[in-house]
Amino acid sequence: MRADRALRFCGREGRGREDFKTFSVTLPLIIYRSLRQHALSTVVTAAGIALACGLLMCVWMVKTQSQAAFTQTTAGFDAVLGARGSKLQLVLNAIFHLEASPGNVAAADYEMIRKHPMIKTAIPIAVGDNLRGYRLVGTAPELFTNVEYSPGKKFAVQAGGNVFTADAKEAVAGSFAAQRLKLKVGDTFRPFHGLAYDPKAEHADEFKVVGVLEPTNTPVDRVIWLPLRGLQTMSGHDPKAATDVSAVLLQLRTPMAGLQMDMMYNKQGNRLTFAYPVGAIVAELFGKIAWFDQVLALVAYLVALVAAGSVLASIYNSMSARRRDLAILRALGAKRRTIFGAVLAEAACIGAIGAALGFAVYFGLFAGVASLIRSQTGVVLDLGAGHPVLWLCPVGMIALCALGGLVPAWKAYRTPVAETLAPVS
Amino acid sequence: MLAVTALKKSFVAPEGDRVRIVDVAHFGLGAGEQLALRGESGSGKTTFLNLIAGILAADEGRVTLDGQEMTALSEARRDRLRAEKIGYIFQTFNLLQGYTVLENVLLGMSFGPGADKAHAAGILERVGLQHRLHHFPRQLSTGQQQRVAVARALANRPKLVLADEPTGNLDRRHAAEALTLIREVCREQNAALLLVSHDREVLGAFEAQQDFAQINRVLAEAPR
Repeated sequence: MRADRALRFCGREGRGREDFKTFSVTLPLIIYRSLRQHALSTVVTAAGIALACGLLMCVWMVKTQSQAAFTQTTAGFDAVLGARGSKLQLVLNAIFHLEASPGNVAAADYEMIRKHPMIKTAIPIAVGDNLRGYRLVGTAPELFTNVEYSPGKKFAVQAGGNVFTADAKEAVAGSFAAQRLKLKVGDTFRPFHGLAYDPKAEHADEFKVVGVLEPTNTPVDRVIWLPLRGLQTMSGHDPKAATDVSAVLLQLRTPMAGLQMDMMYNKQGNRLTFAYPVGAIVAELFGKIAWFDQVLALVAYLVALVAAGSVLASIYNSMSARRRDLAILRALGAKRRTIFGAVLAEAACIGAIGAALGFAVYFGLFAGVASLIRSQTGVVLDLGAGHPVLWLCPVGMIALCALGGLVPAWKAYRTPVAETLAPVS
Repeated sequence: MLAVTALKKSFVAPEGDRVRIVDVAHFGLGAGEQLALRGESGSGKTTFLNLIAGILAADEGRVTLDGQEMTALSEARRDRLRAEKIGYIFQTFNLLQGYTVLENVLLGMSFGPGADKAHAAGILERVGLQHRLHHFPRQLSTGQQQRVAVARALANRPKLVLADEPTGNLDRRHAAEALTLIREVCREQNAALLLVSHDREVLGAFEAQQDFAQINRVLAEAPR
């Protein structure tokens, strides 16, 4: 900033307007020069604020977005029926393709619920194999043709591909898995037994990729889908369990059906678990790990406080060095409140610089965390999503820094001009 | 233009006693007048100038400048009056080291009638610094720094220029040049000049001189 630009518009109209112009036009120059004179401490302090601000925004956004994404990710199903065990494990396994399956559901049980009048759709899945770490899930082709994974959205196969047929050794790859494994239509592969990749556990069966799904930004993207029968009858699998499924994904005709099924399977029965509603069960998970969010938020708040304290310390410590400058400004006619305002605005400016840099920290951190969450769960967090915290946090940080500037501003306000400029003679 | 009446100022000494430094019954200066006040170090000259400038508040008495009684004004109004009507040249120049030459002059103006870049550049040209507008004080010689201080003091077209040992940090040649410059620029702008010094050569350049001991009753009463 050049003086002529900063001061060009200082007018000579009324006193009030002059005061305002002095304050609004001269102040930026004073602040700019002071920040330049103390460039190192400005940069270090702003970096601390950037870290605090970025961390706070990232913790908040990851928390809210992941919570929303996970609780809204139901793959279009209301409930999951699986072996007796934890509802959360069942949902994580069947919907998010995480965790191991708690056990199998007998073919008879699957058939019974499929034909139940309160069930609109029942899609069986079978798990237990992988392709270089990416989960293979056996299912019925109806998953891709009949189910909306979110309102109004059906699965779509990319151009040049199609959905597998129920009795073929074919596969449809989720977009993320296909990208990572470099799978394309026409490729063939042999599955590996188990959910964790073990090169020695390769099956003899060979599957051909006949389609790659369009991205859905759901856990489905991380999965390679096979016909249910193909997975059940894979060489090396127990022939006695060849008709069992790992879980059944369910769409209910009415919400009341969920309560009745809950009564039937969970309270009256003891062989199977009916996980309903899916979103509420995932929300329970977030309830259980809420302490982790709180610890992260606490750390971020502490960093923010330390950053504000560092603004106070850095400006306060530089006060003796700048005391003379302040006294000269006063001798030139600057009012006490101008000096007070200059120091306070300088503190707020450091906060603003830090907050602006905080967005870079935020984007970097968020992108890293989002990428990790996507690769681990398939859930996509939106870097460009808005949230009030994205302006509340920077504004709060600036306010906190201005608060930190109050003490040095008061010290500046009280600078004795005559004593500071020269010894009394 | 400047009238001082019954002006008193005392300070608390380190021992805790109040020590009177200035006690001036009457002092005046007309518009455009140039006066040198002679006084030894520690005689209260700087305090007297600071009282006139409104940097220090008087214990008692009145300072009237251009028809306005400074001593009756609030501190903020005194600050504004100082910015508008008084130019102050300090012995140590008191330039803002982090600001360019032009910014030093413009900042002084901005607290007064308003910054005027053309006028600031003009007065810097008048003191021979037209090629140093964007230099920082540390990049200038002592004599050049003094000229910046002169330009800054005169930039607001003040009614009164106070100069406190303005040549104290200069060698003889530069001191004489600086003094000539200050006096010429004050004459050109019809600003009254009140200069305090203990340097006989500086004082000798003035037609009108006064011994500060004669006007400050504290010195007159003190044992010599």
